[in-house]
Amino acid sequence: MVTHDSFAVTEGIIESFEETTGITVNLLTGEDTGSMLSQVILTKDNPIADVVFGIDNTFLQRALDEDLFVPYRSPAVDAVPEELQLDAQNRVTPIDYGDVCVNYWIDATDGTPPETLEDLADPRHAGSFVTQNPETSSPGLAFLLATVAAFGTDGWEDYWAGLRDGGVSVTAGWSEAYFGEFVAGGGKRALVTSYATSPVAEVLFADPPTDTPPTGVLTDGCFRQIEFAGILAGTGNLPGAQAFVDFMLSDTFQEDIPLNMFVFPASSTAQVPEVFATHAVAVPEPLSLDPALIAAERDNWTRRWVEIVLR
Amino acid sequence: MATTHAGESTGGDAGADTGRRRGGVREPRACRTRTAPVVLAAVPAAFIGVFFLYPLVGVLTRSFDAGTLLETWRNPVTTEVLWFTTWQALASTGLCLVAALPTAAVLARLRFRGRRLVHALLVVPFVLPTVVVAAAFLSLMDRFGLADRFHHTVWAILAAHVFFNYAIIARSVAAYWSQLDPAPEQAAAVLGASPLRVFGTVTLPRLAPAIGAVSAIVFLFNFTSFGVILILGGPRRATLDTEIWRFAVQRLEFDTAAALALLQLLCVLLLVAGATIWQRRRHVAERLRTDTARRVRGAADRLLLAGTLGVAAAVVGLPLAMLVERSLRSGGTYTLENYRRLGHSGERLQALFVSPLAAIRHSLEFAATATAIATIGGLLVAVSVSGRRRRGAAALEGAFLMPLGTSAVILGFGMLLVLDRPPLDLRLSWWLVPIAHALIGMPFVIRSVTPALAAVSPRLREAAAVLGARPARVRREVDLPLALRGLAVGAGFAFAVSLGEFGATAFVVRPERPTVPIAIFRLLGRPGEAAFGQAMAMSVILLAMTAAAVLLIDRLRPAGAADF
Repeated sequence: MVTHDSFAVTEGIIESFEETTGITVNLLTGEDTGSMLSQVILTKDNPIADVVFGIDNTFLQRALDEDLFVPYRSPAVDAVPEELQLDAQNRVTPIDYGDVCVNYWIDATDGTPPETLEDLADPRHAGSFVTQNPETSSPGLAFLLATVAAFGTDGWEDYWAGLRDGGVSVTAGWSEAYFGEFVAGGGKRALVTSYATSPVAEVLFADPPTDTPPTGVLTDGCFRQIEFAGILAGTGNLPGAQAFVDFMLSDTFQEDIPLNMFVFPASSTAQVPEVFATHAVAVPEPLSLDPALIAAERDNWTRRWVEIVLR
Repeated sequence: MATTHAGESTGGDAGADTGRRRGGVREPRACRTRTAPVVLAAVPAAFIGVFFLYPLVGVLTRSFDAGTLLETWRNPVTTEVLWFTTWQALASTGLCLVAALPTAAVLARLRFRGRRLVHALLVVPFVLPTVVVAAAFLSLMDRFGLADRFHHTVWAILAAHVFFNYAIIARSVAAYWSQLDPAPEQAAAVLGASPLRVFGTVTLPRLAPAIGAVSAIVFLFNFTSFGVILILGGPRRATLDTEIWRFAVQRLEFDTAAALALLQLLCVLLLVAGATIWQRRRHVAERLRTDTARRVRGAADRLLLAGTLGVAAAVVGLPLAMLVERSLRSGGTYTLENYRRLGHSGERLQALFVSPLAAIRHSLEFAATATAIATIGGLLVAVSVSGRRRRGAAALEGAFLMPLGTSAVILGFGMLLVLDRPPLDLRLSWWLVPIAHALIGMPFVIRSVTPALAAVSPRLREAAAVLGARPARVRREVDLPLALRGLAVGAGFAFAVSLGEFGATAFVVRPERPTVPIAIFRLLGRPGEAAFGQAMAMSVILLAMTAAAVLLIDRLRPAGAADF
């Protein structure tokens, strides 16, 4: 299986699959989702793996257009909510999902964190907001798409002009924003584009240990990312690949996902660990866009975004 | 190259050319027949052919499109990016020379307590992940209240490039310099030349081969700068390397990425060709010594030493101190907690996937293998090209520089694309990582050894031959001891390159075998104070590993080789 560098699994989980099926699993990784997908596309004549995991809905259409996959509907997909099943032809299987949301450092917002995207554009907040360049960062792109979904293809540009005038800061990637400019790593900015599940990690990796996360989540304007697995056309081991996709939707694998990758399992039969259920913020109305529209407009939007925010 | 034979009849024993800009003492033609056969270089040449050229050609032909190429090359944005890439690389290299040459002088000419340690410590910035260096720089600037004015400026880029590459120049030039006979400088001084004039008219021309060799490396590093540009330069700045990456893995427009990669390749080829020609014209026979450093004596020496070490401390030491300080901070106090946690990350830090201790082991295994390949290969190349003035030899030496100037993304893709069938089905192989690292490490070995070998006075070889030594023995007993200092420096860098490499590693490494830099990136990919603290602790461990390895490699030099 080829995947991205955020992939993680507790020791023993994949081994349990290997023991029951007699199939050996080799893992390969790209640097991030984009480079993983590039690897898969470039090597599609002699596929680098049997299964790819980690393609999200922002890259989905691009992957489908390349005819990379053998359709497969795992019986376990019946337990996956329909809104996560974006491909009617079952070329890809939803495995997990999470929401990209603006986070705030509770102590740095004077008790009045923004509650809506419009609040965020208020100079008081925009000046202490750091986000990522959508041309180089996955959460950065997701947040741009959230604003497109929220304000429409006509309104998002004005919204960003407001953020720019308010003093929004932009970094290349998530780490530089979160640990560089956000309060968490010693920076000064109180608001950052991150995930609805980031507070879980803030509790789990707190120092000193704590039961209350120092961060909160702005639940308006969150973009839902769904991650898919697909069986690569040209696989030499179709039954093995199908068995592994089934396994990824089994409760064993699904229940291991939250504390390793900080996203929600796609299967409704999987139980979420308590610490995760307590601190992951539920987003009532996550935003999304049609993958086909994303594929068609993405480059235009990011180009316009650069002109508005960076130039 | 026709002019290179001029003046070769002059005796080789007169020491260095002391005044003229060019010319100097050429190696007699007779000696060239005794140089090692080019066959020696066949193995390293095959290595670079299979693991560099073949993947590169494979990925570029797979994605090439003539229309896109013309369109991309004609695009004014491309010109802008190319211009910025070039001038920032030139400026960074120039600044780095200015900052590092005084240190090289002191390391070469003065013997003082802690000289070896200074040598080793200088190398450590080289291995640090950019995001960690950026954090250290910003907290340093914050102390002086300059963070806002510094962040996302071109000054941040230049400062980071000097920080990263300082050691390459200081160490490599010092290694050569310390072997130069100080007599010509002394003579000039006796004749009344001021120290500055002595340096400008005598020392600098004599150092030219070493400075040229190493400046080419530093320029290429800056030319293909990636993390520094993205993180410290901010979202408005782009180099060819960051654009190649953006088009290849964010936009998935491989034809544009290939067009940019070809442009990068072309520029690097031009530079390498130019540098090789320039450098070959400056080869001068020298009476090399094993070590000419003298003890520190008098107030002037002490002042020079203190001043130089002060500059080194400011350039390299301060950011490192910030990093160490941050790694010791946890839960609001100073403690070793961040380090302690690295030992048992299994319980709460599952996100790392593989324990930090395992990552250290992987890094050491990869680095030891890569260094072995780079050292043996590099030495073979250096021996077979030294003393040769033919175009073929120059081209061969230049070819080994190319991996330094190539986008890691492109090379990574290329390897996965073409090394996919037996007998070279390496896509799942452990070997891909050390092979990729060795490609980057080998030019360091070649460039550290070649100037010394090329400068070995022919009279020394002739004397040995007259005394009855066979060519192989001359090589072993004359050339090798003089090359060992450069070899140690080169091997140290090859090891450090491997410990610190991220871009290519991320493409070819298996996720269950992360190296230390990859583990640091994984830690920095998670929210949480503890994850950040551990990433800093991990970085300090990486520093310590590098310093220890460089010290050890220096010690490995057999007796007879010079002592620092």
